[in-house]
Amino acid sequence: MAEVAAVELEEGFQEMWELRLYVAGQTPKSVTALANLKKYCEQHLKGRYKIEVVDLLVNPQLAEGDQILAIPTLVRKVPEPIRKIIGDLSNEERVLVGLDVRPVSSK
Amino acid sequence: MSAHSPAAAHALPQLPKAPTGIEGLDEITEGGLPLGRPTLICGSAGCGKTLMGIEFLVRGALEFNEPGVLMAFEETAPELAANVTSLGFDLTDLQERKLLRLDHVHVDRSEIEETGEYDLEGLFIRLGYAIDSIGAKRVVLDTIEALFAGFPNQAVLRSEIRRLFHWLKEKGVTAIITAERGDGSLTRQGLEEYVSDCVILLDNRVIDQITTRRLRVVKYRGSTHGTNEYPYLITANGISVLPVTSLRLDHAVSSRVVSTGIPALDDMFGLRGYYEGSSVLVTGTAGTAKTTLAASFADQICRDGGRCIFFAFEESPAQLLRNMASVSINLQAHLDAGRLLIEAARPTLNGLEQHLVTLHRLVKEFRPTAVVIDPITNLITVGNLNEVRSMLTRLIDFLKVNGITALFTALVSGRGLQQEMTDEGVSSLVDTWISVRDLEGVGERNRGLSILKSRGMAHSNQVREFLVTSHGIELLDVVLGPTGIVTGASRLAQQMQERAETLAVQQEAERRDREVERRRRVLEANIANLRTEFESVEEELRQISANEQSRRQALLSGQQRIAAANPPAPGAPTAESGQ
Repeated sequence: MAEVAAVELEEGFQEMWELRLYVAGQTPKSVTALANLKKYCEQHLKGRYKIEVVDLLVNPQLAEGDQILAIPTLVRKVPEPIRKIIGDLSNEERVLVGLDVRPVSSK
Repeated sequence: MSAHSPAAAHALPQLPKAPTGIEGLDEITEGGLPLGRPTLICGSAGCGKTLMGIEFLVRGALEFNEPGVLMAFEETAPELAANVTSLGFDLTDLQERKLLRLDHVHVDRSEIEETGEYDLEGLFIRLGYAIDSIGAKRVVLDTIEALFAGFPNQAVLRSEIRRLFHWLKEKGVTAIITAERGDGSLTRQGLEEYVSDCVILLDNRVIDQITTRRLRVVKYRGSTHGTNEYPYLITANGISVLPVTSLRLDHAVSSRVVSTGIPALDDMFGLRGYYEGSSVLVTGTAGTAKTTLAASFADQICRDGGRCIFFAFEESPAQLLRNMASVSINLQAHLDAGRLLIEAARPTLNGLEQHLVTLHRLVKEFRPTAVVIDPITNLITVGNLNEVRSMLTRLIDFLKVNGITALFTALVSGRGLQQEMTDEGVSSLVDTWISVRDLEGVGERNRGLSILKSRGMAHSNQVREFLVTSHGIELLDVVLGPTGIVTGASRLAQQMQERAETLAVQQEAERRDREVERRRRVLEANIANLRTEFESVEEELRQISANEQSRRQALLSGQQRIAAANPPAPGAPTAESGQ
């Protein structure tokens, strides 16, 4: 499995969150989704996450593995169970619910 | 320029088509599905949508060397493979040979959270990758309905599905998309049928407890197609669509003649039998030996070295064998020699189409020269009149095209004019029609046989009485009575009377002969008498004459002596005159 753009941030002592974002080229939706994702992670999972961006235009064979249909799709690989969030992640609340992230109390 | 010759019209490029390889479907669609375009197959549960899709792929891969991709939304690859193994499709093997790619798309609403805008590019990429990886020419999506269950945003889905169809077209793959039937519309979403180039509707109908599956081509852009509903079956070899009637009447004919199995019946035909490959109908009321006539024919075919399939819808093979053995038709021997096949089944066992398919299959396997169906009337218990008629039409067409002589029996009810009509209305389809019936009169029933028609051959116009004897069927000679042909006891009476008359005539002749003889003898006796009388008279006269002679002799000698003693005087003449 070739990793295209693995954005690795500093590791935390707690459980690592492995997130994978499937995109197809640099579409506005994909760009928005990645930006949103980074924002939420920095906010709520600082130091405990790993984002892998898979561009299906480059690696189409990877679509099958995670049953990707919609673009963009965010897949939470770890912790189990696998969760999927589709869309440009513009709704923060739903993303956090979908990922099952306990929001860090607002600063 | 205004007048185009037909040849020029033919030269126009036709819509390219991808043959499905599915029996009969290519005939209805006049060549197959539109090449490089999406086709929608819709139908309710249990119609065989998935199966038709898989068969399209498998046949494409095996027969037309076109690899295919199956994107399944409902069943997993192993499930699909297992489901079609019984049809002889080895999906695993095809996958290994890179002729097929199975891609199971799992859509689970509970796993998916929707936040913001998205599209289905992932599906396109996935499908595109699958197509490119094996160079697929055919694609089956089964069924995209599942997407609607997985994604809540209908507006996005509808536009994406529309885009999918266009994308498939651009890809140049021949695609089949299956869809569930909606209420009052062809599909549940009311969308796919408008973006497809060809729509095939599958239907599963139960009428009088008998299920018939039917197929209809609803639309086909840029091509003519059969518009009827065509029954189809899921057989052991996949889907089999049966066009209701063959499109043309262009089968080859034979001028060879096969015997009817009854020498006297042969004599009633100008060429002594039926034409090979023709269809014969034997109609008659109950108990008029239709089955026996049919069995005689089957027996003759087998004895002449042919092969025959006997479809018995009324009797079991054992019963048929026993009954026919009682009239010296030994079918067992042919059965043992493998020349005869008796296929007995209750008509209600299957739907009409199933019967037709069984027949097709047996004909293909057994390669008979003749087929007997006894009787076709029983099929009415299975379908309605129209269906039976169309089935028989197809059957007769099928047998004719294959040059197989067919003999059907049909029970007719009623008397008089109605006897000359068959319930199935197939009488116009058959080439030869023999009618057997009861001739009832003076307290008894006799069987009469006549030929109502025999295309292309002279035939007798007589109604012949026949007997079913222990040696088989015997046609009796025609006996003419004072009021026409007589049968049964009247026939015997007539014959006895004739015999008596003949005897009388003969006796009269003998008597006359004797009289002549007597007369002759009397005459002969008379002649003898007369002759005797004549002889006596003759003798008497002869006696008198002899006496006279001797007297004159004596006188003469006396005179000579006197003359010698007294020399004659000159007046001797006196002496002369004195005599």
